[in-house]
Amino acid sequence: MVTAIKKGNLHVVRLVVNGEEHAALVKSNTTLLDLLREEFDYTGTKKGCELGDCGACTVLMDGKTVNSCLVLAVEANGHTVTTIEGLERNGELDRLQEEFINQAAVQCGYCSPGMILSAKALLVRNPHPSEREVREAIGGNLCRCTGYVRIVKAILAAAEANS
Amino acid sequence: MSETSTKDFSVIGKSVPKIDARDKVTGRAKYAGDLKVPGMLIGKILRSPHAHARILNINTSKAMELPGVAAVITARDVPSTFYGISPARYDETILAIEKVLQVGDKVAAVAAVDEETAVKALALIDVEYEVLPAVLDPLRAMDEGQPQVHPQYERNISVEIHQDFGDVEKAFRESYVVRTDCFQGNRATHVPMEPHAAISKWENGKLTIWSSSQSPHYFQYHISRVFGLKMGDVRVIKAFVGGGFGGKLEPSAAEYVSAALAMKTGRPVKIVFDRKEVFFHNRGRHAQHIELTTGVTKEGKILGVHAKFIIDGGSYTSLGIASAYYAGAMLPLIYDFDHFKFDGLRVHTNLPSCAAQRGHGAPQPRFAFESQLDMIAKELGMDPIEIRKVNARQPNTTTLNDLKVNSCEFTACLDKATEISDWAGKKGKLPPGQGIGIGCGGFITGAGYPIYRTRLPHASAVIKISEQGDTATLYIGAVDIGQGSDTILAQMAAEAVGINYEDVRIVSADTETTPHDFGAYASRQTLMSGHAVKQAGDEIRRQIIELAADLLEANAADVDIDRRVVFVKGSPEKTLTFENVANEFFIRKGPLVGKGSYAPPKLGGKFKGAAVGTSPAYSFAAQISQVEVDEETGQVMVTKVWDVHDCGTVINPSLLHGQVEGALFMGMGEAMYEQVVFDDKGKPLNANLGEYRVPTALDVPEVISELVDSYEPAGPWGVKEVGEGATLPTMGSYANAIYDAIGVRLYDLPLTPEKVWRAIQDRKKLL
Ligand code: FES
Ligand code: FES
Repeated sequence: MVTAIKKGNLHVVRLVVNGEEHAALVKSNTTLLDLLREEFDYTGTKKGCELGDCGACTVLMDGKTVNSCLVLAVEANGHTVTTIEGLERNGELDRLQEEFINQAAVQCGYCSPGMILSAKALLVRNPHPSEREVREAIGGNLCRCTGYVRIVKAILAAAEANS
Repeated sequence: MSETSTKDFSVIGKSVPKIDARDKVTGRAKYAGDLKVPGMLIGKILRSPHAHARILNINTSKAMELPGVAAVITARDVPSTFYGISPARYDETILAIEKVLQVGDKVAAVAAVDEETAVKALALIDVEYEVLPAVLDPLRAMDEGQPQVHPQYERNISVEIHQDFGDVEKAFRESYVVRTDCFQGNRATHVPMEPHAAISKWENGKLTIWSSSQSPHYFQYHISRVFGLKMGDVRVIKAFVGGGFGGKLEPSAAEYVSAALAMKTGRPVKIVFDRKEVFFHNRGRHAQHIELTTGVTKEGKILGVHAKFIIDGGSYTSLGIASAYYAGAMLPLIYDFDHFKFDGLRVHTNLPSCAAQRGHGAPQPRFAFESQLDMIAKELGMDPIEIRKVNARQPNTTTLNDLKVNSCEFTACLDKATEISDWAGKKGKLPPGQGIGIGCGGFITGAGYPIYRTRLPHASAVIKISEQGDTATLYIGAVDIGQGSDTILAQMAAEAVGINYEDVRIVSADTETTPHDFGAYASRQTLMSGHAVKQAGDEIRRQIIELAADLLEANAADVDIDRRVVFVKGSPEKTLTFENVANEFFIRKGPLVGKGSYAPPKLGGKFKGAAVGTSPAYSFAAQISQVEVDEETGQVMVTKVWDVHDCGTVINPSLLHGQVEGALFMGMGEAMYEQVVFDDKGKPLNANLGEYRVPTALDVPEVISELVDSYEPAGPWGVKEVGEGATLPTMGSYANAIYDAIGVRLYDLPLTPEKVWRAIQDRKKLL
């Protein structure tokens, strides 16, 4: 980890978010979640509990899922972060996003960004997961609307499209 | 019906993608907590650490001095008007005036430049309390000598209900079997993934609130009343809503307090609840204590039912009066019987307030009824499906409490569920430890009456066609909280006008720009808002047809529109495009607009409480579950669930099945693990998502959701509800399946491994 430079009570953090260099002055206790939402306006990253219980704040840090409410902004210094806003490339949706739409896996949508990013990390490390593996990968992402049925279908459909 | 079924429609009946799905999967959708208004402050609420206490003094001076704090308010700084949502029972105030009535009650509030400063300021507010004895046990709350929660509700009785239909004593005398059983429900709660959030702005005497709301209309009505403003000076705008399930039907402190702080500071104020505050605000399921007596003939025909309830209302009334009535009012819906007695008592305790949650007061009584019906069937040596078929409601009948049922394919639901689950091959034939059980349900499609007395229609809509005729915009006050109303109403608009789904834009739920609608509760929008949309669409269609007839020199009666083609029936060469006609209309006559509104007919009987349960239409459902029980640990695994629904014509099959699946999982959580628990001081012990367990993707029953053909004459295109009814059958079907698996009967929700294990031990002792 690159240590953040300290300026009085504040720290300078530099990180790459969705392919772009970002820098900010943060407090020691600022979370990555608040940094993303309040400083950089990536509000696609949701806040559901701030305790690591719901997964709504899931982002990818160096390709791995983290609950951004449990990561301090200073810990993200020097790392690469992907939020939901980073999946769409030149107006083209990621296959997972498309399948979430096609399979009607989105109801209120509050869990969707975290859910899609957990699935993204899964498909990167395991392009052809079983249903059980899909369920395990999103086991920390709570959804109160869908019963997960269509979310699991969407992720499996996106994996299918990989082959 | 399969997901691709189209019947004769062009746009409805198809699983079109959700109108807002792209915004939601890209993170562009803005929920209230995501919005930023220039100059905005952050508001925080100081909440009571005590369940019941007198506020002796509040000292805010230190908090005021903290740099970055713009305002600190207590009850003295805000209107003292009592509010609520059950008329005649307004008993809550913006901030506690004299007493706090629960842990988490609202005591003071702060607006500051950022969240950290606001939280620091809260810690600097000094409150002196005189702690009072608290009432925590609903079964004793009405006893003499118990502390009074509200001075005006003697013996803590919030509402007392006695309804008596026919002669239930006589029915019991004539019965072959009469059974009395007691059941206990749990204090479950909605857990929308998005906590309550609002931003209030006060400018030029006008209050604007962006909110996570199920009903901008009720918000506008109550907020203007409390602050003494004209309704027209309060604008409530629904942002994207991250789930509601009943918990966002009335304004919460997020709105009231942010509005008060905005008025005080002159700056916009945002309040977002943390998860704990969502538990404090609650308004979730009442825990019901149910004593149920049912008498049946030798053939299994139900003759009479006597249901007694004591339900724990918690601190404030909220919508709890209706919840108390719903507990009994829905019992005579799905099975037909003539004699019914309903005694209900809702009591106040010093715990968070309970109100409406998906299925309103009906799921726990339904659990009790479905469980007891199975016990009766066993005594009679009847198959559980058979006893349900003997009593199943039939179409075009009226219940003993004057609920008029039009379409009803309940028997078909039972037949189909029996068939697709292979009930005959499984019932009594599964290996030890495995079982199969049935539970059923039925629910209203919108309440027959609004929550407060008004002559406003229940829903209204405006459709405006663009000047070029290429798009249509539907303006509607109906509220999409995730269930997909924006999508299905857009489908309906397209169908009615004669254009494509892709042509429709929607502006929904802003009290200033969209016409009135009561919002998302009681499963009302597909039917009620749908009617308004159909009428608005029909009006446009009529205007287009008239002009086209002129242009094509044809008879208006012969002109029709389908998917943007305006044509003369029988003369295929005579066509015009929709945009040509619409554009011409604008040139000649100005805006092409259609409007519609809907109010249900006068419904229900004359007795006290007769309005509760009335509805233009009712859904019906049968659910069969298969479980595996580990007798060593008491662990129950639900392996497969078959749900068959009668919900009228389907507008969007994917969204409809999504409702069933979601409701079923919610029912599963309530059945198996959900329960808010408190310590002996009334402090919640699991007000977080780690310890209040909701189902995860790993709780895996396979769900088969099926429909039966049905057409509801009271609905536009034959529609009726699905969103709430699907929560009703689940608990009973699990309890019955567990009985089938291991021969133990569970009476208390949730059906946790510990309770299953204890019941197994008790049974062993008896053997
Ligand atoms: S907000 Fe981070 S896990 Fe819930
Ligand atoms: S879609 Fe609402 S929480 Fe998942």
